[in-house]
Amino acid sequence: MPEAVAAAPLPAPTLAHVVSPKLRTVRNRSRATDSQRSGAGRWAIVLLIGTAFWAGVMLVLVRLLRYFKNTPEIGALLAGKLLGLVFLSFFAILLISNIITALSSFFLARDLDMLASAPVDWLTLYGAKLLETLVHSSWMVVLMAVPILAAYGYVYEGGFGFVLLALGTTLPYLIIPAAVGAAVTLLLVNIFPARRTKDLLTVVTLIAVGALVVLFRLLRPEQLARPEGLRSLVDFIALLRTPTSPFLPSDWVQRAIMSALTDRLDVLPLYLLWSTAAAAVVLGAILHRALYAGGFSKAQESAQQWARTGVLPRLGRLALTPLGILRRELVCKEVRVFFRDTTQWSQLILLAVLVVVYVFNVKFLPLRGQGIGFMLVNIVPFLNLGLSGFVLASIAARFIFPSVSVEGRTLWLLKSSPLPMRELLWSKYWTGTLPLLGLALLIVGVTDALLQVSPFIYAVSVFSIVFLTFAVAGLALGLGAIFPRYESESAAQIPTSFGGLVFMLSSAVLIGAVVMLEARPVYSYLSQEAFGTVADPTDMVVGFSLALAVCLAATFLPLTVAVRRLERLEL
Amino acid sequence: MIQLQGLTKRYGSFTAVDAIDLDVPAGELFGFLGPNGAGKTTTLRMIAGILRPSSGTVRIGGIDVNVNPTAAKAKLGYIPDRPFIYEKLSGAEFLRFVAGLYSQDGAAVERRMDELLALFDLSEWKEELVESYSHGMRQKLIIASAFLHRPEVIVVDEPMVGLDPKAARILKDLFREYTRRGHTILMSTHTLEIAEDVCDRIAIIQGGRIRASGTVEELMATAASLGQHDLESYFLQLTGERAARELVEVLDA
Repeated sequence: MPEAVAAAPLPAPTLAHVVSPKLRTVRNRSRATDSQRSGAGRWAIVLLIGTAFWAGVMLVLVRLLRYFKNTPEIGALLAGKLLGLVFLSFFAILLISNIITALSSFFLARDLDMLASAPVDWLTLYGAKLLETLVHSSWMVVLMAVPILAAYGYVYEGGFGFVLLALGTTLPYLIIPAAVGAAVTLLLVNIFPARRTKDLLTVVTLIAVGALVVLFRLLRPEQLARPEGLRSLVDFIALLRTPTSPFLPSDWVQRAIMSALTDRLDVLPLYLLWSTAAAAVVLGAILHRALYAGGFSKAQESAQQWARTGVLPRLGRLALTPLGILRRELVCKEVRVFFRDTTQWSQLILLAVLVVVYVFNVKFLPLRGQGIGFMLVNIVPFLNLGLSGFVLASIAARFIFPSVSVEGRTLWLLKSSPLPMRELLWSKYWTGTLPLLGLALLIVGVTDALLQVSPFIYAVSVFSIVFLTFAVAGLALGLGAIFPRYESESAAQIPTSFGGLVFMLSSAVLIGAVVMLEARPVYSYLSQEAFGTVADPTDMVVGFSLALAVCLAATFLPLTVAVRRLERLEL
Repeated sequence: MIQLQGLTKRYGSFTAVDAIDLDVPAGELFGFLGPNGAGKTTTLRMIAGILRPSSGTVRIGGIDVNVNPTAAKAKLGYIPDRPFIYEKLSGAEFLRFVAGLYSQDGAAVERRMDELLALFDLSEWKEELVESYSHGMRQKLIIASAFLHRPEVIVVDEPMVGLDPKAARILKDLFREYTRRGHTILMSTHTLEIAEDVCDRIAIIQGGRIRASGTVEELMATAASLGQHDLESYFLQLTGERAARELVEVLDA
């Protein structure tokens, strides 16, 4: 063996070098998409839906802000309050999303073995993984925030300076939850031994639930919704002036932006944002240096889990026998894989809270007060339909959208077997749709009962939500197969992909279209009941038929395209 | 039993498989031998119906895979080189799922499952989730799944990778017995010894084309006529002897 040549130590890899594979992956993926024949069409659809969504949000917000701007005294306060509430909701989403993403990027990612065995400096690794966590969890929020901030800048004539200010406030606002989320995950991984992600995620979910409840209470929406409950206008203004959450970054963003737009830039919130972001990163890095190696090692210890064969799974299998062997096995597999994947089922708790908060919200709607008539009592449940649709869409994004992508590495088995892709897709469709339908009927049934709506509105709500559920599920599964992420490391990451965004935007367009198509017949019915006008039956037939047609198209079209895609898929 | 006619696969301007013609009769164990990147896996994936050929046809038992995929695939068992399976299913659940894909279930499947798991020393792990299996155990589970529905044809990509010597031996015996009973196996390998050891006929593939084919004896005779003293030298001559020489140059540099 020749003697090793003494060499100067090589410089440690830089942060840019460690993150470069991710950047190249994004670049190569976009190139691969471009080279596909259908690439251009796909991008055109995405661009169209995206622009429609941005334009829609901007239009509504511009109208609202103009109205606020023309309201003396409280207009600017209301605009600020609204911005604060939006950023507070975003902050909750960012925090939860960062905790979940950090678990994957810091502890479970496939590149970690290589990075951990390479001479990569701890700080570089922290920086690279923090950046990865931040980008994965924040990009959707950024896309949502752009039209909102643009509307504020436009109405209050912020000019070019406002763009810089928006960037200067949003960046630290995104860094804070990323650093905090990564630190929370790091602590949790260290507390819970040997890859007990099940327990870990339960705790994460409970924290998320707690955070959601606290934030919900901070919003105190019922006070704003019932101004007549306050003694005077002075009380109302005082309530508006009180910061919703003075110690949260969302409030600092709101203060910085609104001060610049309405008066003179208040620099204190900017200082607070940047110093907190810097402190969070530094403290996160210190924690990382102390705890990461131990936590990472624990996360690598393999699990020894035995599959439980209880009575319930056996009964379920027996109940599915009439479907035939193939469908039964497909459904059983779907259910098993779902309930054994902690990253999947743990989100159920979060969604249960979302539903409870929603129903709770409806219960406390001020619809029994003075001067609130038959029209409002019945219009609100109708709008409730649209909101329930959004709740369902976000549930479908979590559970149905990733369903094809998670097959990724096992598609060789399905593709080489005599399984028709149509069977696979429809099995997935019904496995996802039936629970969703149950939930949809529960939400609409309970909220309508709480609101004591008329039988007509009740029937319209149930009819609409059933077909909306079919359509949302069809869109989720279809778009999930059209924009798959087969290489994704966890199912929880898939809804935040580009395709996930396309699904959410398409759902928003679908729900909006159904609500708009049904608005006219519902309005004519309500006018007839309230004011005795004569409702035109053509309105009813045309409106509801069109809504039904839209729902059916949204159900079958994406699924038909998806079947074709899967049949042509090459691995 | 397996017929390939003018089978071609192009990726843009790159031709991975170039007009391959092949006929593997029933009861034969046929080996695809070639270096990495020669086009073996691409060919096998086209036979399994995972990739669509750019041109040419694949017939299994006389059925065109691209015209009537369901009927053709019902006759097929495919074993990939990388053992990716459902991590959250137990070994037994995975096998039941695969049997279901071929519309089989019941006591006969359970019995066969137990036999195959015992053969590969996996009985103890039957109810354990696949995520705790080692690479070799996953490979053995996939091999067991391919034999579960007694397919007429088995297509297997690099079967010995990741297997311990005992499992490799069992697999070789299993392949021989299976073909002796009239079934057909097409396997790919880059290991010459394995091909020589188990295959009835071999095709040497390089650059997406079949460079030579025949029984081991026939290939040896051709090698001798070209002045090569053994099959390895002939294989290297066909597939790029220069690479082996360059290796020595790089190490000595």
